Amino acid sequence: MATETVNKDILRGGQFLVKETDCNDIFTPEDFNEEQRMMKEAVMEFNDREIVANRERFEAKDYALTEEVMRKAGELGFLSVAVPEEFGGMGMGFVSTVLTCDYISSGTGSFSTAFGAHTGIGTMPITLYGNEEQKKKYVPKLASGEWFGAYCLTEPGAGSDANSGKTKAVLSEDGKHYLISGQKMWISNAGFCNVMIVFARIEDDKNITGFIVENDKDNGISMGEEEHKLGIRASSTRQVFFNDTKVPVENMLSTRGNGFKIAMNALNVGRIKLAAACLDSQRRVTSTATQYANERKQFDTPIASFGAIKSKIAEMATNAFVGESATYRAAKNIEDRINIRISEGNSHQEAELKGVEEYAIECSILKVAVSEDIQNCADEGIQIFGGMGFSEDTPMEAAWRDARIARIYEGTNEINRMLAVGMLVKKGMKGHVDLLGPAQAVASELTGIPSFDTPDYSEVLSEEKEMIAKLKKVFLMVAGAAVQKYGPDLEEHQMMLLAASNILIEIYMAESAILRAEKSSKNGADNAEYQIAMAQLYLYNAVDIVDTKAKMAIISFAEGDEQRMMLMGLKRFTKYQNMPNIVGLRNKIAEKVTEENKYPF
Amino acid sequence: MKILVCISHVPDTTSKINFTEGDTKFDTNGVQFVINPNDEFGLTRAMWFKEKQGASVDVINVGGPETEPTLRKALAIGADAAIRVNTPATDGYSVAKQLASVVKDGAYDLVIAGRESIDYNGGMVPGMLAKLTDANFVNTCINLEIEGDNVTAIREIDGGKETVSTKLPLVVGGQKGLVEESDLRIPNMRGIMQARSKPLTVKEPVAVSPETTTASFEKPAPKGAVKLVDNVDELIDLLHNEAKVI
Ligand SMILES: Cc1cc2nc3c(=O)[nH]c(=O)nc-3n(C[C@H](O)[C@H](O)[C@H](O)COP(=O)(O)OP(=O)(O)OC[C@H]3O[C@@H](n4cnc5c(N)ncnc54)[C@H](O)[C@@H]3O)c2cc1C
Repeated sequence: MATETVNKDILRGGQFLVKETDCNDIFTPEDFNEEQRMMKEAVMEFNDREIVANRERFEAKDYALTEEVMRKAGELGFLSVAVPEEFGGMGMGFVSTVLTCDYISSGTGSFSTAFGAHTGIGTMPITLYGNEEQKKKYVPKLASGEWFGAYCLTEPGAGSDANSGKTKAVLSEDGKHYLISGQKMWISNAGFCNVMIVFARIEDDKNITGFIVENDKDNGISMGEEEHKLGIRASSTRQVFFNDTKVPVENMLSTRGNGFKIAMNALNVGRIKLAAACLDSQRRVTSTATQYANERKQFDTPIASFGAIKSKIAEMATNAFVGESATYRAAKNIEDRINIRISEGNSHQEAELKGVEEYAIECSILKVAVSEDIQNCADEGIQIFGGMGFSEDTPMEAAWRDARIARIYEGTNEINRMLAVGMLVKKGMKGHVDLLGPAQAVASELTGIPSFDTPDYSEVLSEEKEMIAKLKKVFLMVAGAAVQKYGPDLEEHQMMLLAASNILIEIYMAESAILRAEKSSKNGADNAEYQIAMAQLYLYNAVDIVDTKAKMAIISFAEGDEQRMMLMGLKRFTKYQNMPNIVGLRNKIAEKVTEENKYPF
Repeated sequence: MKILVCISHVPDTTSKINFTEGDTKFDTNGVQFVINPNDEFGLTRAMWFKEKQGASVDVINVGGPETEPTLRKALAIGADAAIRVNTPATDGYSVAKQLASVVKDGAYDLVIAGRESIDYNGGMVPGMLAKLTDANFVNTCINLEIEGDNVTAIREIDGGKETVSTKLPLVVGGQKGLVEESDLRIPNMRGIMQARSKPLTVKEPVAVSPETTTASFEKPAPKGAVKLVDNVDELIDLLHNEAKVI
């Protein structure tokens, strides 16, 4: 189901940095239509009944349960939300797909990983790159949950450097088969998959090639033992060995040498879905910790009324809110871009591919930001529970262990941080996003005389929006100078890239929250005042991060007058006219959460 | 067999209850609404009759447009068509009158309502509806089997069960037991999508004047703080002088 309006002027990927977004142009969870609300409830109910209720079995590494619950998810159509109708799916829009990943994820990371590996990287490469025969043969079975998929990219020697794999594909003498040999590692769903997307190299090709491989132990495929993992304990993760595995030539995915591209695009989609899959965990951890804090008494007082605990609850709720705001904003951008391409005559497949690729920067930003938020959230969840949080009898320690993987897979957070800035700079060079003009404008502003007008901040969140505009200038100032200084060698200066990336991430996240709160406020939503408080709190923290990271970068690569000028610019661009009362904001947010006894936004 | 399931649109049990307009009106602000649990047991049993015996299942609600999401959820679960009688559900009698008019027009063989709805807990509608439509009536029904016109139903009675035989047309006041909680259905994605294209007919109400109006609502007094006393004399003193109960 495509959500109604398609606004042709929607921002292109990465443009958020140089253009202002109108709050009415972003999609927020408040905009879910009735069908999406119903889907959300259905998925939450499933999560409660089938996943949360079985938490102990998941923690006891009951892999069979993972498979069984996956099958039930298939029966309810949850595995086929994103699959086109002609291949047995629901053909729903991208927002609905993201919503499903979101609400199914909070019971346990084990299920969430199995779900993501199957629907995302296990199925998507075929729907996005498969030919008609391949789609007809494999997609309906994957969509219904009759078959399960896995994605075999990583190898012992090829992790972050995914294109360096040694797995070989050799054409048979009769030209009918490829014989695949090699070792894959860390393969989710390996223990119960029927179909694998396998990446292998043909001859000495520069790039790897993708293949659809049916899992058949009589065809040279064997599995290692289940890995012993810190978290996601009931997610099956094994090594997969291929020994002259015969794969019909017609099972090559896309064309020879296109595998790296497939792998990267599958990961782009995977990244926003992974971000979504960390959202409901944050809501649930926040709710569970709040309930505990309301009940637990020390010094004759519920701990929820201590400032130390309130501060945690406020930050946990705020980060969850911000993650939601940014994830659904990007999801709708992707959906709209897909619809625009379809209306321009692209095939569904082509449109989807391009739509997702367009927002690869946002997908990387989300993956990093939200995976780190859930980690912090679970960590503070444990802290609120005190000693009980350290015990396996409460859900906090599992949430904490499960959260840890999100920073590693689908591209580590280091790789995604650098990708985000790298892709943006590339888009700038290609002229897809005009970075040069705005960067020059900032440079001349640095030498100009600042305006001393007293701005009018009577509109809701107008000072905050102005602050975002200034933070964007910080990014342009720092990244612009770095590009100038290092040119194509910028890639080598990772610490600079990481600093720039952190600034970029904070801008996108904070802006998304501000726009959502502004929209809610203009629409007179019930909880708009709390949304505003959370947007303000997040922005305050973001300004701090931007300030620190930018300063680190500036004092490391600029010297003398240039350094002084940029530091002055930084001061100007991170300066509030009216400082928010942070303790007041935290109290307000925390008191709402504790009063509702759950994450209520 | 034509089945009509009455669907009450009620606040989720975890909702915070407040009143407005001088405590005469329920405050729906921020309240999550759901299918009345007793009705959901009935709907799930009706789905069984649909799948096993080829019955048709319509659902009905008496209420304003805000109840439509609840009706559409029933459609997503598998009902064939929905009817909303466009008038606020004021009291049991007026709701029963509205339902009776639809039941007569639609010639339903079986009407399954909940024993009571969990919002106002009136528990009057199914009995009145049976009387108004000249149908047989089984209340607090925990098991329902139908062969042709012949009905075997089990009722929950104080401390035990009663098996009754009767005939269609029948009105049932249903509850947990008609099916179990684990039988309740999560709407599947296809059902949710199909709900959009299933008919939801809005009918204008027949003229009924409610027999009762709400004068005011009152919430139970909030629980006070606990006071620990360590001797009987003090306890007696407090009960007598402070709580004034002895
Ligand atoms: C539970 C689990 C499930 C997984 N599921 C799958 C799956 O289903 N399919 C699949 O194909 N893979 C899967 N993976 C593999 C996962 O994607 C990789 O582990 C991940 O990409 C990192 O690769 P690596 O482990 O080899 O780490 P490395 O690449 O060795 O990285 C080690 C450290 O070095 C850093 N690093 C590496 N290169 C650079 C660089 N150029 N610049 C800066 N820092 C760098 C990394 O950020 C990291 O901190 C899974 C992994 C786990 C743990």
